[in-house]
Amino acid sequence: MKLKTTLNGSSFAFRDIKDVLAKANEPKSADRFQGIAAATATERVAAKIVLSELTVGDLTENPTVPYEKDEVTRVNIDGLNKPMYERFKNMTIGELREWILDHGTSTEELCRASRAFTGEVVAAVAKIMSAMDLVYGASKIVRPTKCITQIGLPGTLSYRCQTNSTTDDVPSILLGVMEGLSYGSGDACLGINPVTDDTETTKRIADGLWNLVRKNDIPTQITVLSHITTQMQAVRNGAPLSMFFQSIAGTQAANDNFGVNRALLEEAYALARESCTGLGPNLLYFETGQGSEVSIGADEGVDEMTLEARTYGFGRFFNPFMVNNVSGFIGPETLYDGKEMIRANLEDHFMGKLIGLPMGMAPCYTNHTSITQDDQEMATALLAMAGANYYMGVPVGDDVMLSYQDTSFHDDATLRELTHRLPAPEFHKWMMKMDLMDENGRLTPRAGDASIFLK
Amino acid sequence: MNEAQLQEIILKTITELVGQEGKTTAPSAGPKVDPGEVADLSAVDYRKIIDVPNPANEEEYRLLRSQTVARLGVWRAGPRYRTNTFLRFRADHAVAMDAVFTDVPQEVLEEAGLFSVQTLCDSKDTYLTRPDLGRRFSDETVAELRKRCVLNPDVQIVVSDGLSSTSVTANIRDVLPAILQGLKSSGVTVGTPFFIKYGRVGAMDAVTEALGSKVTVILLGERPGLATGESMSAYMTYGGYIGIPEANRTVVSNIHRGGTTPTEAGAFIAELCLRMLKEKASGLDLKV
Repeated sequence: MKLKTTLNGSSFAFRDIKDVLAKANEPKSADRFQGIAAATATERVAAKIVLSELTVGDLTENPTVPYEKDEVTRVNIDGLNKPMYERFKNMTIGELREWILDHGTSTEELCRASRAFTGEVVAAVAKIMSAMDLVYGASKIVRPTKCITQIGLPGTLSYRCQTNSTTDDVPSILLGVMEGLSYGSGDACLGINPVTDDTETTKRIADGLWNLVRKNDIPTQITVLSHITTQMQAVRNGAPLSMFFQSIAGTQAANDNFGVNRALLEEAYALARESCTGLGPNLLYFETGQGSEVSIGADEGVDEMTLEARTYGFGRFFNPFMVNNVSGFIGPETLYDGKEMIRANLEDHFMGKLIGLPMGMAPCYTNHTSITQDDQEMATALLAMAGANYYMGVPVGDDVMLSYQDTSFHDDATLRELTHRLPAPEFHKWMMKMDLMDENGRLTPRAGDASIFLK
Repeated sequence: MNEAQLQEIILKTITELVGQEGKTTAPSAGPKVDPGEVADLSAVDYRKIIDVPNPANEEEYRLLRSQTVARLGVWRAGPRYRTNTFLRFRADHAVAMDAVFTDVPQEVLEEAGLFSVQTLCDSKDTYLTRPDLGRRFSDETVAELRKRCVLNPDVQIVVSDGLSSTSVTANIRDVLPAILQGLKSSGVTVGTPFFIKYGRVGAMDAVTEALGSKVTVILLGERPGLATGESMSAYMTYGGYIGIPEANRTVVSNIHRGGTTPTEAGAFIAELCLRMLKEKASGLDLKV
């Protein structure tokens, strides 16, 4: 394992793999905040060069947080398929990059290969890729999943309808959902973040959503994004949730802070299979995002991009129905500006798809950053080319409860038109039956009127 | 020379002549300016508006729409926003951006009788990217505070811009006098209030350690939502210290004219201060 090189007249010796991974990053404010970023442009490229010569085996056998110490590391490694890992073990990261991009590497081969890689490996290869590499590489990978309906099929693009209320007011939430549905948003799920994290609120919102779904025969799934233990209790009390949601992170310390671990997720999966309205086989929904570990001081000195990839390696173990990042949600101390946010989103989508996740995306921004609406829309457009499975649908992109901006119902409809993709098949048929969309995925003149559901 | 070439030459000559004419002519008086003004888009209460043409059930749509701040009933231009929807969104984002990226005017601080110190952040940019520095002061600043402030008071109040200078400008005139008024007749000693530029919540703990206050209150501008740049929060500790758990802070949030008004909040904060002194506790430890 070589950790030294000379470049542009200077020599560089990196301390360990953790150091190489951090310094090989494109600029990110969290890396600067942690004091682990490359000091010069040449050092950054030197780290990329050293990284490109490390093998899949080097990065797997030397995880950034020790196996004995950290459950996320253990789940990453225990999730590997040994024969597949053996096939890739001696490949360098530089060779892996070319193998992914090669015309001769098929979608099927790429999808099978994912079980050879841990988070550190997919992070490493993404660190030596440019924006268009990340878009192109990801565009070759498809990850369909099924809960009640199936999403992520080639040629489709889905959305989570996210109409949160500042007071958990069910009529307000449902009016938003109705309007979203009329724009074609909601085929991935109807998913609401409650203000109050208790079983009564979770059940009350779930009942409201499920009644709307049943009354109108909408082929989709519902979820309420309280803590997973709250949702589990709500389901035991009869709440009609289709699947369980949980935020996850890239170190055991961060997952402890979130109140989640492997045993809890296995218990949740077993309960979902028995008692949720979703039939699976995919019954979990995870949210992630670069910077979550750093913001709570649980980063173990590892860079936020590598931690994000480790999060994906953790999530893969539980065969989720959907996974999306929310990189951009925290603020400028983790992703400083539009350029860093766009890059992080392209990395996340590629890393998630490569490691085997049904990746959706939530390119977003808060109000205490220089990131603008245009930055957010550019990220979204690039991700649409890369082939993200789904995005959010928020009224005019303004989440009044979580106080940040995400993709809107209008963006949802626009992206389908631009990329010539259709909703999930069953949902598309329903949209046509409701006279809201034509067979090509374009909205009809009736779309945008929530009150068609109020009759 | 064929006819086509001839036509081209003629056309080119005419274009050049017209261009020259444009350059030599004096500028015209310009369009007539109407003395009126374009209506204030930010004054529109969009909860009262349904932009959907001929909705299927207008009455119920209007009723439900009026009960939520979510941007619903907006209609569309093709699949995109209508112009008013887009520009209102931009206006509301601008309020939030201005709240974060501008400073509290000096005259506002003078009027409130506050002198000003700075955390270890040297700029707004450092403040936004280094949460750790926004909680600390230099040794010189600590010495200055000890010189200019009453030491070991029962209650120490500080004000900070946090993530919204607009919040300080909008609320300080009312909230600070209301707190002082509420504490006046109680017999507790109140320290010298001052302003902290580029402060995070944790800066209050450095203040407690520097001045020896029992109860410390920081009035801080909150991270703005769209069109809600004025929100302030008060964080309070009893026996604070650097590293105190977040659960030991008592918080009054959502202080602005559309939420808990600054005057109401001030009276409530004073009451909480007295209760904290009596119970010798704050945060989750404070029995309410």
